[in-house]
Amino acid sequence: MLEEDTRKLSMADGESSREATARTLRNAFGNVFSFFILLLIGILAFSIRLFSVIKYESVIHEFDPYFNYRVTQFLTKNGIYDFWNWFDDRTWYPLGRVIGGTVYPGLTLTAGTLWWLLNSLNIPLSVETVCVFTAPIFSAFASWATYLLTKEVKGTGAGLTAAVLLAMVPSYISRSVAGSYDNEAVAIFALIFTFYLYIKTLNTGSLFYATLNALAYFYMVCSWGGYTFIINLIPMHVLLCIVTGRYSSRLYIAYAPLVVLGTLLAALVPVVGFNAVMTSEHFASFLVFIIIHVVALVYHVKGNLSPRMFKVAVTLVVSVGLVVCCAMIAVLIALVASSPTKGWSGRSLSLLDPTYASKYIPIIASVSEHQPPTWPSYFMDINVLAFLVPAGIIACFLPLSDASSFVVLYIVTAVYFSGVMVRLMLVFAPAACIMSGIALSEAFNVLTRSIKFQLPGSSGISQSGDTSMNTEGEQNDIAKTEKMDETAKERPSKKNKRKEKEPVVKASIRSRIERRLLVLPLEASVIAIILLVLLGAFYVVHCVWAAAEAYSAPSIVLTTYSREGGLHVFDDFREAYAWLSHNTEVDDKVASWWDYGYQTTAMANRTVIVDNNTWNNTHIATVGTAMSSPEKAAWEIFNSLDVKYVLVVFGGLVGYPSDDINKFLWMVRIGGGVFPHIKEPDYLRDGQYRIDSQATPTMLNCLMYKLSYYRFVETDGKAFDRVRQTEIGKKYFKLTHFEEVFTTHHWMVRIYKLKPPKNRIRGKTKKSKSKASSTSSPKRSGTGKRNPWH
Amino acid sequence: MSPPHRVNPQPISLSPRQPKDPTTTKMARSNFSVLTILSVILLLPVLSLSFSPDSPSDRRLLVLFDDLSLKSSHSIFFNSLKSRGFDLDFKLADDPKLALQRYGQYLYDGLILFSPSIERFGGALDLAAVLDFVDSGHDLFIAADSSASDLIKSVATECGVDFDEDPSALVIDHRSYAVVGTEGDHTLIAADDFIESDVLLGENKIEAPVLFKGIAHSLNAANNLVLKVLSASPAAYSANPSSKLSSPPSLTGSSISLVSVVQARNNARIMITGSLDLFSNRFFRSSVQKAGSPKKYDKSGNEQFVAELSKWVFHERGHLKAVNLRHNKAGETDEPAMYRIKDDLDFSVEIYEWSGKSWEPYVANDVQVQFYMMSPYVLKTLSNDKKGLYHTSFKVPDVYGVFQFKVEYNRLGYTSLLLSKQIPVRPFKHNEYERFITAAFPYYGASFTMMAGFFIFSFVYLYHK
Repeated sequence: MLEEDTRKLSMADGESSREATARTLRNAFGNVFSFFILLLIGILAFSIRLFSVIKYESVIHEFDPYFNYRVTQFLTKNGIYDFWNWFDDRTWYPLGRVIGGTVYPGLTLTAGTLWWLLNSLNIPLSVETVCVFTAPIFSAFASWATYLLTKEVKGTGAGLTAAVLLAMVPSYISRSVAGSYDNEAVAIFALIFTFYLYIKTLNTGSLFYATLNALAYFYMVCSWGGYTFIINLIPMHVLLCIVTGRYSSRLYIAYAPLVVLGTLLAALVPVVGFNAVMTSEHFASFLVFIIIHVVALVYHVKGNLSPRMFKVAVTLVVSVGLVVCCAMIAVLIALVASSPTKGWSGRSLSLLDPTYASKYIPIIASVSEHQPPTWPSYFMDINVLAFLVPAGIIACFLPLSDASSFVVLYIVTAVYFSGVMVRLMLVFAPAACIMSGIALSEAFNVLTRSIKFQLPGSSGISQSGDTSMNTEGEQNDIAKTEKMDETAKERPSKKNKRKEKEPVVKASIRSRIERRLLVLPLEASVIAIILLVLLGAFYVVHCVWAAAEAYSAPSIVLTTYSREGGLHVFDDFREAYAWLSHNTEVDDKVASWWDYGYQTTAMANRTVIVDNNTWNNTHIATVGTAMSSPEKAAWEIFNSLDVKYVLVVFGGLVGYPSDDINKFLWMVRIGGGVFPHIKEPDYLRDGQYRIDSQATPTMLNCLMYKLSYYRFVETDGKAFDRVRQTEIGKKYFKLTHFEEVFTTHHWMVRIYKLKPPKNRIRGKTKKSKSKASSTSSPKRSGTGKRNPWH
Repeated sequence: MSPPHRVNPQPISLSPRQPKDPTTTKMARSNFSVLTILSVILLLPVLSLSFSPDSPSDRRLLVLFDDLSLKSSHSIFFNSLKSRGFDLDFKLADDPKLALQRYGQYLYDGLILFSPSIERFGGALDLAAVLDFVDSGHDLFIAADSSASDLIKSVATECGVDFDEDPSALVIDHRSYAVVGTEGDHTLIAADDFIESDVLLGENKIEAPVLFKGIAHSLNAANNLVLKVLSASPAAYSANPSSKLSSPPSLTGSSISLVSVVQARNNARIMITGSLDLFSNRFFRSSVQKAGSPKKYDKSGNEQFVAELSKWVFHERGHLKAVNLRHNKAGETDEPAMYRIKDDLDFSVEIYEWSGKSWEPYVANDVQVQFYMMSPYVLKTLSNDKKGLYHTSFKVPDVYGVFQFKVEYNRLGYTSLLLSKQIPVRPFKHNEYERFITAAFPYYGASFTMMAGFFIFSFVYLYHK
C-alpha cells in the first residue's frame, strides 16, 4: 500500500514510468541492504556481550542468575509440571518457598525451551551454556524489535540507527552480558516488542496485530515484574490520544483487545494471578478501558444524531453519568483506602514517592539497584544518547503522529522512573536509543539533503539516476530519507484521506520547494556530518570499553591488576561454596546475609535461611538481628533456626568494598524495623558509622564485627582494614559460641560453625589460679592451669 | 537414633550377656573353630575396649587411690562392683604410667577417684584429661574428704559442684548426727534426706540413714544438670569442728549437699560426694541410730545407697534409647520424602531402657511428639503397646514449610531423649484443588450464558439484515 502511494505520488508529479521502476529497484536494493545491516546489528549485539566469557569464563554471574539457573536446571530435569508445583525446602528454612508460584517463569521457560530444542536437534549443550548465552541472543532480538518499533514511528533509517544504538547501549549491556542470566535479559526484548505490536496495531488497525500484541504482553508478564510499566504506559497513551482528539477505531482496536486478552492471560501466570485485577497497578488500564468505551459510544452516537439532538443527549447522559461515576469512584476509593498500602506494592510505591522506601521499607531501600542513580551513571549508561534525546523528542513533534506521541510519552515516563531507581535505567535505555536514532537519522537526512542539493551537477529536484557522484551509502541514506519522509507524511494524511485527494499534487510540489528552502550551507553540513560521525565513534568506543571493562565482571570471580601489570584472580566465593558442599552435611543450614542465599543454594547445595527473594521481611529481620546481636544472643537465634554454619563476607584484607561490614547498617535497620531492641544509634558514634577505636561498644560486640574481624590482627599485626582505611577497634578477642571452620584464601568468605551447648555447666567457684586470665574461655579454664603464660 | 554420644568407633559390638573378662571370653568361645579363636584373639584388645551403644553399662573402671590400703578398707564396695561384672583396675593416683587413653582409644569406661588428697596425677592424666574423659561420654565417681586437694575440687567445680572453700570445714549437724558410743563433735551424720526418685535410688526404699563424714558442697540453683541426691538436714552447717565459730558459716542447712550427681548433656554421669568414708567397710557394717530417733538400725543404709547409686552412675538404670523413628501416610507403609498439607500420617518410635543386661521396653504415658516448625504445630502424647512401641497419628496442619518430628523427653534420672527428623510439607499441587465447587455454580452458569449470549448476538448482528 505504501509502495502504491509512493508510485501514485510520482505519477502525480508527472514523471515517466522509467523513473518509477528505478525507484522500485532502489527500494528493493534498500530492503536487501537493510536486511544485511540488521543481520550485522544482531551479530554485533551478540558478540559485544561475549567479553565476559572471553575474559573470564562461561559462568553464571552475580546473585539472581544463580537462582534462575537452579530453577532452569530443575525445569530441564523434572519437566514443566513439577516446576510449576515445585516446593523448595532448601531456601527460607524453615518456611520453604513455593517456587512455581512465586517466580516469573518467562526466562526459565525460554532457556528451557532453547535447551530442549537444541537437544532434540542433537546439539548436546549443557543447561549452563544455554543459560549463559540466553541474554546475548535476546539482546539481538531486542535490537531487531527496536528496529521494528522505530520504523513504525519514523521510518527505516531511524529504525536502523536506533537498532544499532540499542545493540551496544551500555545500560542494556550491563544486564545482558553473557552469563547475566536474569529476567531483564528477555524482558527488555518483550517490552520493546510489545510496544512495537501496539504501534503496529495503532497504525494498521488490524485485529491480527492486536492479538499478537496481547500474546507479546503475556510473554512480558511471564518474564518480568516490569510489565506493569506497559499496562500503565499504554493506557496513558490512549488517554492522551483521546484527550487530544485523536480517537479512532484503530486506537480502539489497539487497546481494547489488549486489556481484555492481556488481563486474562496475565492472570494465568501463577505469580500474578488475581493481582492482575486486584492491585492498583492495573487499575489505570481498567479506568481507561471504561473511558475508551464511553468515548467510542459518544462518537457512535454523534455520527447518528443531528447536532441538536446530540446536545440534548449529552446533557442527559452527563447528568446521569456523573452521579453513577461519583458513586463508583467513591466505592473504589473506599476499597483502595481500606488497604494499608493503598493497594500498591512497596516497589511501585517507592516509584511514585521516591522517599517512600527509605522511610518505611529498608529492605527495598537496602538494595543498591533500587537507589536513585547519580548523574555520572547517566553518562556511563547512555553516554552521548543523553544529548541526542532532546533532539529526538523535537523530531518526534515534526510532525506529531499517534506513534511518535507514544515514544515521547515512553521516554518522559522512563526518564522519571530511571531517576527514581537506578535499575530502571534499563527501561530508559531503549527509549533513549529510539529517540537518538530518530534524532541522528533526521539530522543525517537534513544534512545529506543539503549537500545533495548544492553539489554541482545535481539537478534541483531530487530524483534518482543523477546521484552518481554520491557514494553508495549516501545514496541509500537518501533513499531511506525519502521513504521515511513520505511515510511520515503518510500518517496524518491517512486520517483524513477524503479531504486530501485533491491537494495531493499541490502539496507535493510545495514540499519540494520547502525542502529546497530548508537546505543548510554546504560547509556547515559537511562539518556537521563529520561531527556527528565523530560523536557516533565516541559512542562506539565508550560502549566497547563499557562492555569489555565495566560490565563484564561476573562478580563471583574478581580480578585486579597488580602494579607490575599481572592479573590477580580472587576466586574466594567459589572456594567457599565448594568447601561447604564438600565438608558439610546435606541437611545442614547455612545462615548468611540474604545477598548470598541464591549462590549458597545453587553452588553449595545447602539450605539457607534467607535469600535474595526478599518476600518475608520478618525472616530477614531475624537474621539481621542475629548479626547485630552479641554472640550469645546471636547463637540462640541461630540455634532456634537450626543453623549449623554462619557465612560472612569480609573484604577488609583485600579491599573488597561490598562486604558485610559495609552492608551491616542495613542489617541493623532491617532488624530494628521488626525487633525494636536493635537500635541504629547504638551502632553509630555521633551519627558516624565506624569500626575503629572510636566505635561504640555495641558495634564492637556484635556478631558481625566479631565474625568479620576474628583473628584479623594475625594477618598484619596491626589489623588494618583496607576497605574502611582504618585500624579496627577491638583486635584481640575470642569466640565462645562460634568456631571458625573455614576462611578462604583472601579472607573474603569466612565460615563459622555454631558450637554445641556446653556439655557440663561449671560451678561458681572461681579458680584461684585462673583468676588472672579472666578473658579465657569459661568452658575449659583448666587450660589456664596447663599454660599459665597464656 | 541411638542415645547420643556413647562413642563406639568399633564396628563389632559386644553382646551384653557376654562375659567381660578377656580370658573368659576366649574360653567361652574355645569350642569354636581355630579361625574364630584366632580372630577373637586378634580382636580381643579391640573387643575389650569396645563400648557399644547397644550395651551402655560401664565395664572397665579405673580406680585411683592415694594409698592402696583403701583397697581393703573399702573392699565391700569394690567387691559388689566386681560381682556385678565390672572389671576394676586399681592404681595409685600418682602412678607415672597412668593413662586414660591410648592411641585415641579410651582404655576405661569409668573413672573412680578415691584419691582426695592428690595434688597432681601421675602419667598423662590431668584435669583436662579427666574432663575430656567425661566429655567423650564416660562416667566419673568422685569421693573427697577433709583433705581434698585443689585438683579434686577443681574437677568438681568443672562439673558444677562447689566444695566448701574452707579447707578445714566439715559438715556438722547437732540434731541429726549419728549416735555413737562416745560423744563426738557431731561430724558423723546420719542423713536420710534422699531425693525421691526410683530411677536414681532403686525401687526399694532405703530405710536406714546413711552415715556421712566429710566436707560439704553446694550446687548452683541455675544449673539444671546437677542433682542433689542426699542433702543435709536444715540444722547442718559447714565449719571447722575444732575451733569456735567466729563468723556465720558460708554453707548452712539443706543447701548443703552431701551427695550429688551430674548428668552431662552427652549423658555422661558423675557422682560427687564429700565423704570417702561413706564407701568404707566400716560405715557399711556399722549400726546406726539417728539422734533423737528411738529406732536403731543394725546396719546403716550406706551399702544399699551406694549400690543403687553406682548402678545409676554406671548406666545400669535410667538409660533410655529411642530407635526406629518412623512415619508414614495413613494407610501406607513407606516413609515419604515429603508430606502435603492436610495429609493424615502415622508416627511411631520405639523406646527401650537398659536394664544392665538387656534392653527392656520402656513404659510411660508421658512421651510426646511435636510436629515442629519454629514452634510446635502439633503436640501429641504417644500411646504405647507395653512393648516399647510408641505410636500416634495426626493430621498435618494447613501450613507448608520444613517441619520436624521432635521427641524431647527429659525426666529426672533418665537420660534425655532428643530426637528430631526433618520432613518438608508442601502445599497443594495445581491439580489437587477441588475442581468444581458447588458454591461457584452460579458463576459457572453466568460465564457460560455470557459466552452463549455473545455468540448468538454476534451471529444475529452479523447475519441479520
